[in-house]
Amino acid sequence: MAEETVSEDAVFEKIADAIAEIGPDREDVKKEATLESLDVDSLDLVEVGQVIEEEYGVELKGEDVEKLKTVGDVVDLVVKRAS
Amino acid sequence: MSERRVVVTGIGAVTPLGVGARISYDRWLAGESGLEDGEGRADDFDPTDFLSKKDARRTDRFTQVTIAAAKEALEQAGFEDDEDPPVNPERVGCIIATGIGGILTLEKNANLLRDKGAKGVSALAVPMLMPNAAAGNLAMRYGLLGPSHSVASACAAGADAIGTAMRLIQAGDADMVVVGGAEAALGTLAQAAFDNMHAISPTGISRPFDARRDGFIMGEGAGVLVLEESESAEARDQEVLGEMLGFGATSDAHHITAPDPSGDGATRAIKRALEDAGMTPDDLDYVNAHGTSTQLNDRSETEALMRALGDRAKQLPVSSTKSVIGHMLGAAGAVEAILTLIALKERMAPPTVGWEERDEGMDLDYVPEARPLEDVNGDSAVAISNGFGFGGHNAVLCLRA
Repeated sequence: MAEETVSEDAVFEKIADAIAEIGPDREDVKKEATLESLDVDSLDLVEVGQVIEEEYGVELKGEDVEKLKTVGDVVDLVVKRAS
Repeated sequence: MSERRVVVTGIGAVTPLGVGARISYDRWLAGESGLEDGEGRADDFDPTDFLSKKDARRTDRFTQVTIAAAKEALEQAGFEDDEDPPVNPERVGCIIATGIGGILTLEKNANLLRDKGAKGVSALAVPMLMPNAAAGNLAMRYGLLGPSHSVASACAAGADAIGTAMRLIQAGDADMVVVGGAEAALGTLAQAAFDNMHAISPTGISRPFDARRDGFIMGEGAGVLVLEESESAEARDQEVLGEMLGFGATSDAHHITAPDPSGDGATRAIKRALEDAGMTPDDLDYVNAHGTSTQLNDRSETEALMRALGDRAKQLPVSSTKSVIGHMLGAAGAVEAILTLIALKERMAPPTVGWEERDEGMDLDYVPEARPLEDVNGDSAVAISNGFGFGGHNAVLCLRA
């Protein structure tokens, strides 16, 4: 997928769907929403990471993950690593 | 040591007969069965009635049924949503037994491991399947800050948990314990394993103590009681549903699945429970048998009752709840103690549904039809409730209402 760029919007939709599966209403899952406000803890984030890895081949691991605060942060990290 | 009495201030159950202790009792008394197609599924239970989507996703079914049963019991005991507990939460323990724990989660994740590799396994798998998951989740949900753990002694676990909770209160380690048992093992793994050891009835019929019995039927659900030190209940004017009088626990040290045919371990547990309660066989009004519907258990249990209770054994109504809810494994002892308490309060002996043919040498009164208890001593009725488990564990409770 060298030339293929991963669209930020598509990543957001995918991640938002995965987060909504965990519990929060889909309409509350916005880019600026914090993971804490959505009641997404580290265990939940691992589950989201499994969806991301399956879809984009990106592992949600390492120091960067600990810094994630908002849904947008997750999207940015995935886009960065996937491209 | 000053004597601290242990009373019951709340009960709740999820069983194949329904969601609720009372409905389960009423249907049992009416001779209705919750068993269908060779299993006892808690069909009326819907996790979303009790748990948010997130909590439902992060819990195994054995924890989910615990939360439903506990809600009923805790509301009865005076716990209100969004309000402080009615007693100091540091003095409230939480013990939930299970026979197997989250085996449905285990099975699902083993399949994910096979199909998708290590990365397919859920990060939540262990906290969902661990046997203490129900106790941990329940303590979190209600902010219970005292001693909390699970008890694992297979099909004796529910009774062992209640006995353990009694001791915590008597010893002064807690003033209240939310205690019970839970099981949700109706999946292919447990079913296949029990089938292959020829423990499950090939005819799909649970008929404890009947000559034609050929194995148990698995049931699922949970039973939760709120046990409380009597002065604590009195101080807050809480209605008392019954009293836990005695507990006796022993080991067969004989065989990993078969009971000792002499019934020696069970006999000692029954005698110890009575002694602990300060009761004699003549004080008893009812026996809630373990009565699994296996050839071995029902015969050795009959033997044990005759040895422990002497002539009194044949005068007492002895019935098995498993005739209508099947074998709820680690939940059995808790659900059966709960239904026994209601039966005592109602002064009724509920039936061993389906008992028709007497087996040679098994001469007790197995109560084919429900009937009022006779010979009730004084103001309260007294029973023992038996629980015996794989591993040779015997746990007997003596209770009154």
